[in-house]
Amino acid sequence: MAIRTLHAPAKTNARDRAERKLAFRMTAPSLVIMTLVAAVPIGYAVWLSLNQYSVRTAGLSRFVGLENYINALASQEWWAAFGQTFLFAGLSVSLELILGTAMALLLNLAFKGRAVLRTVVLLPYAIITVVSAITWQTMFQPNMGLVTNVLSTLGLPGGDVVWLGEHGYAMAVIVMADVWKTTPFAALIILAGLQVISAETYEAAELDGASKWQTFVNITLPLLRPAIVLAAIFRTMDALRVFDLPFVLTRGANGTESMSMLAYTQLRENRLVGEGSALSILTFLTVMVVSVIYVRFAGGNIRDVAKEEQ
Amino acid sequence: MSTLTAERPTPELVTAGKAPKRRLRGESKLHPLVWVFVVAVMAFSLIPFYWLVNTSLKKGASLSKGELFPSQPTLENYLVVFQNPEFLLALRNSVIIAVVTTTVALVFASFAAYALARLKMRRKAMILTLILSVTTFPAIAIAAPMFSIWREIGLYDTLLGLIIPKLTFALPLAIYTLTSFFKEIPRELEESAYMDGATPFVAFRKVILPLAVPALATTAILVFISVWNEFLLAVTLTTSPEARPVPVAIAFFSGTSEFDQPLGTISAASVIITVPLVILVLVCQKRIVSGMTAGAVKG
Repeated sequence: MAIRTLHAPAKTNARDRAERKLAFRMTAPSLVIMTLVAAVPIGYAVWLSLNQYSVRTAGLSRFVGLENYINALASQEWWAAFGQTFLFAGLSVSLELILGTAMALLLNLAFKGRAVLRTVVLLPYAIITVVSAITWQTMFQPNMGLVTNVLSTLGLPGGDVVWLGEHGYAMAVIVMADVWKTTPFAALIILAGLQVISAETYEAAELDGASKWQTFVNITLPLLRPAIVLAAIFRTMDALRVFDLPFVLTRGANGTESMSMLAYTQLRENRLVGEGSALSILTFLTVMVVSVIYVRFAGGNIRDVAKEEQ
Repeated sequence: MSTLTAERPTPELVTAGKAPKRRLRGESKLHPLVWVFVVAVMAFSLIPFYWLVNTSLKKGASLSKGELFPSQPTLENYLVVFQNPEFLLALRNSVIIAVVTTTVALVFASFAAYALARLKMRRKAMILTLILSVTTFPAIAIAAPMFSIWREIGLYDTLLGLIIPKLTFALPLAIYTLTSFFKEIPRELEESAYMDGATPFVAFRKVILPLAVPALATTAILVFISVWNEFLLAVTLTTSPEARPVPVAIAFFSGTSEFDQPLGTISAASVIITVPLVILVLVCQKRIVSGMTAGAVKG
């Protein structure tokens, strides 16, 4: 034992070096795959976006500089898709955060049947997005859907509306489908945040005679902020990339085309690889800028967490 | 946030199969209004499932009237789906893609996650940031160039051509989830392995991996669900039934098998592929929760 202690420093150094070498070897495969399949294509996308490149004319390529970007930014389609994507993200993420917080508070209460509730709430998460879109489509079919049926039976407005045939209604269905599927995700992250708050904090508040509402506003919400911001970041990034829901529900009709869908349409349906690439790079940049803004202004606490983690 | 798991005993977290102990604030008597909310949440989650199953059991007039209960329930739609060779191919494709992607991602990610969670390493923060940034890429940014590259090298419309890009999005998810799980394993275990003369890799293989089996299972479920669910890459990079996975096949299901009302068959197909995932959630509910929150809160 004594000898081992004597030689400890030299041994640690050797182990340090061995560890670093091993760490490099262990991370390399993942990093190589991700670089090859993410960074290289994105670089190639940038190159494609600077060219006039059409699959229809057998890949004829002509360097056009920023023309594709200028055309995209001058087009009504891009700004419409941009606006609709943000409208969708704003509506669905705020609903998911409010509902998710309420659900998390509910799941944090001790009552009989909490386990059942947790399982039920989680079910929509497992359903694939395309199926979730189909499910909501069937509920809003004119006359034969559950919602339209019930509304018209009760004599309420909305029963005779072609929901997916009008912009406002179609957007509402898309938002509902998204809220249905992904609120559990927001709720679970916020629930994890709730469980960090110590019981003593609440006991102290109770001693001070705070009402339940005061406790919620002055203690629970501020302490939950990091979890809520985190849920907001994840959900916003996802919502800004939205594709499946409008693709299945409306095929982008009635002004529901998202940024990703517009790029897809140019690329696959119109076979305009240059334009499609420029649009996908613009989508990429938009998502990136939003995530930087989030981390900068709302995510101070996230950076603290990251620092602690290191 | 990082204290989240500190007070919990470690083995419980590593097994990830047990529900974390929760504060039992108040007694199990809920305010009636809260019960109303509980019921509302349950209804909101379950009614769409009911309607999907209901639609799948209806045919003809029963379908077009939108009966709240099928007056003449029929399994005909299910028969149509199972006799559709394109659907069966899509099912096969999805299984192959999801299983291969999940397996490969798990192997590479467990290496990377161990290095990031435990080993001394240069530029660790930068690598973590890079990995996380991949998850923020919109898939369309990859899909556009992949479409061109794959057409040129012959991977377009093949299963491998889908597995490779899906792996890129599966890897960061798996690395993040596993890193936070590995951090929960007590260090003393490796220290004692080192004392016995084990190298770091042997410590990983003989000590950490066996302990991490539940964490690996949790991560596998999350990766599997996300790969199975992915749509944009699948629709951009495939064109024939030989390579199309289930979500794309369902999205294009309209009118091919039936002329007038494909809604019944589409619903039946949706039910068929949802049942296994619902069972997965029912069985592994606690695992899924721990995986989602581990990756997320720590990420």
